[in-house]
Amino acid sequence: MKIAFELNGKPATLEIDPRETLAEVLRTRCRMTGVKISCEAQVCGSCTVLVDGHPVSACTYLAYEARGKRVTTIEGLADESGRLHPLQRAFLDNFAFQCGFCTPGMILAAKALLDDNPNATEAEIIAHMNGNLCRCTGYLPILKAIRQAATEMRGEK
Amino acid sequence: MKALSDFKVVNHSVPRGDGVAKVTGSAIYTSDMTVEHMAWAKLLRSPFARAKILSIDTSAAQNEPGVIAVLTGNDLQGLSPYYGHGVKDHPLIAIGEVRFVGEPVAAVIADSELIAQEALSKIVVDYEERDPILDVDTSLAPGAPLVHEANYAGGSFRGFDDFPGASGNVCQAVHVEWGDVDAAFASAAHISEGEFYFPMIYAYAMEPYVAIADYDAKGKLTVYSSAQHPFMVRHDLAKVFGLPVNAVRVVVPYIGGGYGSKSYTKIEPLVAACSWKAGRPVKLQLSVEEAFLTTRSDDARVRMRTAVDAEGHIVARQATVHLNTGAYAENSPMVCRKAANRIIGPYRIPNVKIDCLAVYTNTVPASSYRGLGAAQVTFPGESEIDELSEMCGIDSVQFRLNNLAECRESIHPGMRPIDADIPGDVRKAASMLHIEKPLPAGHGRAVCCSASDAGAHPVTLAMVQIYADGSVSVLSGSTEIGQGSHTVLTQIAAEEMGVPLEKVRLVGSDTAVTLFERSTGASRTTTLMGRAVLEACREAIAQCKVMAVDVLGVSADTFVEERGGIRCGEKYLTWAQILEKYFKMEGCSILGRAYLRKAGDLDLIPVFWEIGVVGVEIALDEETGRISLDTLVTIGDVGLAIHPAMTEGQDLGAATMGLGIGLFEEMIYDGQQLMNGTMLEYRVPRFSDLAPHIEMQLVQNRDGVGPYGAKGGGEGAVNPISPCIANALHQITGVRIKRLPLTPERVWKALQEKKPGTAANKHDRA
Repeated sequence: MKIAFELNGKPATLEIDPRETLAEVLRTRCRMTGVKISCEAQVCGSCTVLVDGHPVSACTYLAYEARGKRVTTIEGLADESGRLHPLQRAFLDNFAFQCGFCTPGMILAAKALLDDNPNATEAEIIAHMNGNLCRCTGYLPILKAIRQAATEMRGEK
Repeated sequence: MKALSDFKVVNHSVPRGDGVAKVTGSAIYTSDMTVEHMAWAKLLRSPFARAKILSIDTSAAQNEPGVIAVLTGNDLQGLSPYYGHGVKDHPLIAIGEVRFVGEPVAAVIADSELIAQEALSKIVVDYEERDPILDVDTSLAPGAPLVHEANYAGGSFRGFDDFPGASGNVCQAVHVEWGDVDAAFASAAHISEGEFYFPMIYAYAMEPYVAIADYDAKGKLTVYSSAQHPFMVRHDLAKVFGLPVNAVRVVVPYIGGGYGSKSYTKIEPLVAACSWKAGRPVKLQLSVEEAFLTTRSDDARVRMRTAVDAEGHIVARQATVHLNTGAYAENSPMVCRKAANRIIGPYRIPNVKIDCLAVYTNTVPASSYRGLGAAQVTFPGESEIDELSEMCGIDSVQFRLNNLAECRESIHPGMRPIDADIPGDVRKAASMLHIEKPLPAGHGRAVCCSASDAGAHPVTLAMVQIYADGSVSVLSGSTEIGQGSHTVLTQIAAEEMGVPLEKVRLVGSDTAVTLFERSTGASRTTTLMGRAVLEACREAIAQCKVMAVDVLGVSADTFVEERGGIRCGEKYLTWAQILEKYFKMEGCSILGRAYLRKAGDLDLIPVFWEIGVVGVEIALDEETGRISLDTLVTIGDVGLAIHPAMTEGQDLGAATMGLGIGLFEEMIYDGQQLMNGTMLEYRVPRFSDLAPHIEMQLVQNRDGVGPYGAKGGGEGAVNPISPCIANALHQITGVRIKRLPLTPERVWKALQEKKPGTAANKHDRA
């Protein structure tokens, strides 16, 4: 079947199998391999993408459900000129990744939070990010990166 | 020695070379790759822990549209299907029998992953079930059936001298002894004694095992894999397929986590055999559930006793360690050797007797896991140290200080003396933890330490290419598993060649392009590959100086080296300018190389001692038994931090894995079946487990054999965390728990048993 949605600001029309997940379709048809698949059980958050601004686990979200919606992946975060999003820059500044496999999901989950609430407290950040696992960093650098990006996104930098 | 302030690139937290790729999603991992004409494989796995395979009928699967081939243990004629760097006991797919639930029995190769998956259900396997051997006691019982009936040959890369195997189900036996343990215990003032259990741990590298293999018609095998040790994989593949080493190419793109679990060969021989059979490139992507069935840590039962004299000096330690190695040896012989070495910790102990056995059972094969045997034995070791300090009435930090080896003191006969200031590290940790301050109710504090003989066997070769346009390439066979080695190696080259970091590129990891590097593990890369890169740069510079004599028409004593080139009177020439003038042609480059081996100052093993020193303050909720971390302090005694921020990142990451082992993680078997082999049921540390107070400090005494005095980090902090939590819990409650993890249920039960009026004041709970 054919579905149409907006992918990183551009219209996308794709022929899909109804049983395909959004992660499969994004990775194989759209070559958005920044969508990482790990636990396949909505535990780890590595496949997080934004659908109409909300974080979803693309590994268990049917591509069919995305029809007519706005889908954002990590590939769509930098602006047209290639300037990185404040969260991407903050992740670089704080060494908030090592292997990098959780990073796209982390950044997108954090974006959903800060877009909605740039004044999120530390407790709110931790509660929101609890569905994204990282096995390398011990989380502190990620928390620092999110705080730094929040400051910048509030225009306080 | 160059002063810290003189470093231009090294010892600075420069941007990561892989940073932009990783935050924009453009970093390519093996799981993201496809190659032309690629087919997909899926595996049928054994439902039994121990069974004979009577027959496999693949005809129906073979006839499914889109299925290219089916591979079983009956299709391996012409191959040498058993591999293993330690013991060649591992068939690339089950041959005639299965040894654990989840062992691959058949592989379907098809045009798509979905077709391959669906065809698996058409394969009919007739098994004859046998009684499985599921634990160490059953395996070691007299007359027990054998997990392996054949006597296998030792692999070529064991990395240590112990004789392979022992007998029966013992995969490896290691004995360490010095002094007279019996006499020391007989005259001891206090003895701490107990039986401890360290569970099976799943590393959860977020990218599950994946490989793409292309066995082409000309007999050349190319493999892309998430492997930590591409040269070890190449060796195993060459042996399996009877190919010369130069016909096997292993390429390792970015790796989504390793932590030891991607050490040595995993699925690569099987994927290569699929390609060999199908005549197509084949990709096999395991799921996390399948990764649970591929490698785990050795679980360990440790019976230990430690004795002190009346003054509180440790006089003896004796231990019997039983590692449950699972169905295949993998790297467990080395885990066994290292656990036996590391069990004495960083202490001077005059009388030692350790027996460590790695024992086969019909469970998931165990292998390397961050710390390599050290976490298993540091838990009992540091628990007993605290018990003894209490018996002696000496503060536990002071007790450690009284017994810790000083720098340059030898604690293992025949090994390199300690190359770190461990007493200084422990003092720092205690001070950062404010150990003397009054504790809030329900809080406990502890400091623990470990010492590991790290670095593995030192054979590391590197090349640098110096270009006439001023750019530099580092050709390194070590792998970037997230630890940041690709950044660190370019920093060293930029420092030595005097070029901006942006001009340095890292080439690797590709066995067809780079020289041999034994492995990426044992915290060795900065120390060994870093030093090889430094020496390769120096060799390139020596060549440039010879060329300068020719170019300038002067003798070598008329110029001096000055960062990035030479000065000859008023004239300054960069290395690139010398090359340009020498060759008079654009695009030229020269090669500097370095070959490190076990010789000279690398002759003494270990390459360096990896130190773990951590402190915690925990909070206990006595009503639920839940422990949370209030404060974490780590000391990274790394000689010199080439990249301070990433070095601290290793300490925090390792400590967080230690927290998982201490509080949550355990693979649980019920009979022959792994019960919690998914991330829904296997709990790892999350954001909310983050300690509110974290302080990390690096100690840079430049006492290592690596570049500029550097030593490795990255494993140390994982080892002492679990005993640190257990000791802090004991401080709060008086309860000593000798089994990990310290789950709320386990802690709560132990607290109930201790309460007056219950069955017993039983402190020791298995």
